[in-house]
Amino acid sequence: MTGETPLISARKLGAVFDVSKPWLNRLLAAEEKKFLTAVDTVDFEIPKGKTFALVGESGSGKSTIGRMIVGLQKPTTGEVLIDGEDLFSIKDQKHLLSVRRRIQMIFQSPYASLNPRWRVKHIIGEPIRAFELMPASEIGKRVEELLDQVGLAKSDGEKFPHEFSGGQRQRIAIARALASNPEFIVCDEPTSALDVSVQSQVLNLMKTLQRELGLTYLFISHDLSVIRYMADQIGVLYLGRLVEVADRDTLFDNPHHPYTRMLMDAAPHIDAFGRTAEIVSGEIPDPINKPSGCSFHPRCALAEDRCQQERPAVRELGAEKAHVACHLSV
Amino acid sequence: MDTQTTKGASARPEFTEAVATTFWQRWMQSDIWHSYKRSPVIIVSSLTFILLVLGAVLSPLISPYTPFDPASLNLMNGFSKPFAANEFTGDYFLLGTDDQGRDVLSTILFGLRVSLFVGVVAVLFAMTLGVILGLLAGYVGGWLDGVIMRIADIQMTFPSIMVAMLLYGIGKGLIPPDLRDEMAIWVLILSIGLSEWVQFARTVRGATMVERQKEYVQAGHLIGLTRWSIMLRHILPNVTSPILVIATISLALAIIAEATLSFLGVGAPKTEPSLGTLINVGRQYILSGEWWILLFPSLTLLALALSVNLFGDWLRDILNPKLR
Amino acid sequence: MTDTPLLKVSDLIVEFPTRNGILRPVDRVSFEVRAGEILGLVGESGAGKSMCGSAIIGLIDRPGRISGGEIRLDGERIDNLPEERLRRIRGKKIAMVFQDPLTSLNPLMTVGQQLIQTIRTHLPLSQAEARARAIALLEEVGIPAASTRIDAYPHQFSGGMRQRVVISLALAAEPELIIADEPTTALDVSVQAQIMALLKRLCRERGTAVILITHDMGVIAESTDRVAVLYAGRIAEIGPTRDVLSAPSHPYTVGLMASTPSATGTMHTLSQIPGAMPNLRAIPKGCAFNPRCEKGFAPCFKDIPVLEPVNESEVACWLYDPAYEAKAKEASGASE
Repeated sequence: MTGETPLISARKLGAVFDVSKPWLNRLLAAEEKKFLTAVDTVDFEIPKGKTFALVGESGSGKSTIGRMIVGLQKPTTGEVLIDGEDLFSIKDQKHLLSVRRRIQMIFQSPYASLNPRWRVKHIIGEPIRAFELMPASEIGKRVEELLDQVGLAKSDGEKFPHEFSGGQRQRIAIARALASNPEFIVCDEPTSALDVSVQSQVLNLMKTLQRELGLTYLFISHDLSVIRYMADQIGVLYLGRLVEVADRDTLFDNPHHPYTRMLMDAAPHIDAFGRTAEIVSGEIPDPINKPSGCSFHPRCALAEDRCQQERPAVRELGAEKAHVACHLSV
Repeated sequence: MDTQTTKGASARPEFTEAVATTFWQRWMQSDIWHSYKRSPVIIVSSLTFILLVLGAVLSPLISPYTPFDPASLNLMNGFSKPFAANEFTGDYFLLGTDDQGRDVLSTILFGLRVSLFVGVVAVLFAMTLGVILGLLAGYVGGWLDGVIMRIADIQMTFPSIMVAMLLYGIGKGLIPPDLRDEMAIWVLILSIGLSEWVQFARTVRGATMVERQKEYVQAGHLIGLTRWSIMLRHILPNVTSPILVIATISLALAIIAEATLSFLGVGAPKTEPSLGTLINVGRQYILSGEWWILLFPSLTLLALALSVNLFGDWLRDILNPKLR
Repeated sequence: MTDTPLLKVSDLIVEFPTRNGILRPVDRVSFEVRAGEILGLVGESGAGKSMCGSAIIGLIDRPGRISGGEIRLDGERIDNLPEERLRRIRGKKIAMVFQDPLTSLNPLMTVGQQLIQTIRTHLPLSQAEARARAIALLEEVGIPAASTRIDAYPHQFSGGMRQRVVISLALAAEPELIIADEPTTALDVSVQAQIMALLKRLCRERGTAVILITHDMGVIAESTDRVAVLYAGRIAEIGPTRDVLSAPSHPYTVGLMASTPSATGTMHTLSQIPGAMPNLRAIPKGCAFNPRCEKGFAPCFKDIPVLEPVNESEVACWLYDPAYEAKAKEASGASE
């Protein structure tokens, strides 16, 4: 991973939200301001043409990271580098637009992600117009190409989103993301709203497009089985921190962090008939009042005193150089 | 009652409408048309409304007299009963005449014209103002939202008719006396419009805040669209149904507000009387037996306000069943 | 074990009249559930799985109605009961657990009030006895410090704890059957594992039967004894879970299993079923799966297949019907 510059890197990325009540209510109830650290010093790099996946449960901050990487939300700390350039320090509007063109996003909901009042051809053509990529007369032809590329008919451009099924809408969303010829696409739970048989169609389409267009993906999901199918490298998030980053096979064959192991055990397996997963006590803590030290310690079977007090640093473990934030993993 | 069994996920099959090709076919298959066909009240009220609008628009052509042309008036015709004959021409006064000998039917048609004009323009004004402020408050948020909504809150604590009267008074005071009659209608429109924008702003703000969170808006941010572009091209088309509902209901309110102001003598001038002015005039004769001067303008106002209101209620039920 | 099943659903049809024709979200569905058994109903959205559950407990929204078949609980017909009798059966004999615990709990009442109300509606207990029983129930579903938590409101519980409360409510009147409609879909995986383990334990200990409605093949595999795979309102395949999932017979089940990614093995290509579940307004003639099926042949486009035994399972597919082929041959021979 060294030597070659990654396409995207997140450096000490952090997001803190002010979740206090309005000041009058606070004044009356004599409450302190409250802050939620959704993302806490997250570092990762994505090499060109690869898929980096973020997996985590609710409150892990995975969607917030996705929003920061595409520039929808300014990080509180840290930076997002694309080809070594910090996305949030670009001041020149023209240059910013040219960088934005290279980054696109596919959203979770196939229903909310398409404007219901617009025809499909306008939805897909909009990025082309916004970035002024070609004269207006050629946009129609390009939209047809894009529709074809994602497996829809050219005539589908005349229709409205409500005339399509969930899977087809997600194809439209993919076509829109491709319209600006991006190099990097953030996929935030792109198939979690879809049925299994349709999910496989969309996942396969995304893989094919990656191969044909040399795309780089940040793939965000809570579903380990989908992650295993899509990712080259995986980062496991717990309460806003990356607890483990490793290559796919390393992570699945030899998970180091106790949370990673718990996640893998708890996920239902289609071939484990009658199995009862080993029960992990407790639920994800309130992200506003995170546990001290290692956030996972209240639920961790191995936890020692040290885990309560000291926040574990990231260490490189094993021959495959997995990055693990745990005092005890070896 | 069992809380765990009576509530919960609703058991309805998922289905989408069959795809129609042309706009007309889509309309014929739509729920709106279907519901329209099946509710006689709405058919009657919408036909009444269309009839009244036609009467108002075509009043110079269809009214038997030009009621405010002094040349066509004769005091000898004053207080004619309905169906009484004109002393001079032998025509009938279908709905009688007033104290000045003006044909009541004609004054109603012309009054309707003024009432509808004031109502429609006032609502258009309130709508434009309310939608822009609502979009800004809902989309930009922060202090701007605070300021706009606090102003709205303050205005809501006063009855809108009082706000209109206050604004009307201020407006009149600012206009030179010789222009007052000419400008009266516009001051009326402005004051009614300013008293009705809050509903639009609140509704649009709420709907905008919902739409703003949706991913298609974020997709717009990703390609660097400006705030105005997102507000007007993406969000506005998706908040039109509630705007339409509020506009209809506001129209009824505006017509009534105008009638009230005119009835109180602060609205449309006597030279350009609206339905409210006519009712005010008729009020003076109710005890002396000339009931028709009051009754017919009142009935017209009732029919107008009721038909618009019923239509608005129906529209709300159709477009947003959850609001019921 | 007696031979009469606890619940017997035969040829159940649910219809929704609309102005463009009658929709059938459930079409001639038959299955049985025995005491202590967990039956899975699995299918994609629009397959009619939730509608089956709602039909059994009598909670179909108007204008929908059960228009054919029958549902028997302990041998007694329950699909044609008047609303008052049905209400008594709901909660007493059949209870339901929904996906979103918040919709099943009254936000204005404490958990204890809701439990006590439900217990006293169905069982002749005093207030104090009901409260004691409510605390015992909360303990049984694994709520820590149940005797103090009983006076908390639903919003004071976390998502997983709330679903436990809903399960305790469902258990309040000791029902014979629990219908759990996507009970863990809104929960995180670690909590999902806890809730599924709880349901399984309760089922085993109390002998309660469970109908588990879900789209998640993993949950089906780990939790159910038998499974019915639904497609466009009909059962495509039903049988012991292990047989159906590891050796599926119906081409739809085969495709579904092959397109489900696995967390336990690396796959390089995921097979996919072309197309999507048909709209209820436009269900294809013959077998509803025929436009997406690779193995479709003449009879699939003409007639609707019925369930026929294949090994341990029953499958509704013309591929497994030797009689049809013979008949088809006969027909073609006669025409020559």
